[in-house]
Amino acid sequence: MTDSEKVLDADKQEVTLEEGTELTRDRRTFLPRTDIYETKDALVLVMDIPGANKDDIDITLEKNVLTVHALVEPHAPEGYALALQEYEVGDYQRSFRLSNEINQDKIEANYSNGVLRLTLPKAEAAKAKKISISTK
Amino acid sequence: MMYRRYRMPTMWQEMERLQREMNRLFNTVYPTRYEIAPSFPAVNLWVNEGGLIVTSEVPGIKPENIDINVVNEMLTISGERPAEQIDSEARYHRQERGCGKFARSIQLPFAVDANKVEATFRDGVLQISLPRKEEDKPKKIKVVAK
Repeated sequence: MTDSEKVLDADKQEVTLEEGTELTRDRRTFLPRTDIYETKDALVLVMDIPGANKDDIDITLEKNVLTVHALVEPHAPEGYALALQEYEVGDYQRSFRLSNEINQDKIEANYSNGVLRLTLPKAEAAKAKKISISTK
Repeated sequence: MMYRRYRMPTMWQEMERLQREMNRLFNTVYPTRYEIAPSFPAVNLWVNEGGLIVTSEVPGIKPENIDINVVNEMLTISGERPAEQIDSEARYHRQERGCGKFARSIQLPFAVDANKVEATFRDGVLQISLPRKEEDKPKKIKVVAK
């Protein structure tokens, strides 16, 4: 454990929209908490998207902008009344502009326990090449 | 010649006052707006005559790493979210997801039957069903017209 590690936080941040735009769905939309790390040959995105169905997560990569949009259906137990609400259920949406060139054919996505894990392999051209210096 | 005896409030003082005023206004209209963040995990509590349902968002935590305890009218949810395992060469661009141990207790509005508590976990959402104790259930009293 290092000091830089974040503590668990239940606060949800809402998506801010550009002026003059609205969401088509009348529902709150949140920014999923995301970890991004880069390994030697891939960029890995880990996102918290609790409550989404695997088939309702939409991932698009267009012009180096990766967008994840997940629809979450609120589940209200039938016959029960809400007595305490600490969190709200809503959709998730977030976009990232990728700086590295990505091999678009080999993107892997995995969703389990409410966490989406995207592995974006770097394109061959974008991989760092080591240049050795020779002494004469 | 007259001098003003009082100091003119600076622009910043005025801005601060305005901000306080606006916060107060929003708090009365929409009380949840400035509420402090709930402790982890946030829970929603549903209730009817027969019992309670507690739902909670716990993404990235395996169901076997979640402990649920019920003692009388106190529900305790605890567990741990392990840190992401990344190899030493990898470096973070962004780290927003927390990790570590968590525990929280929730005071329930009535006693529940601990033997009948059921919990399900799906896509990072925990749902705990807590039926009310039989002897604790409200009795219906018929009104007899004479």
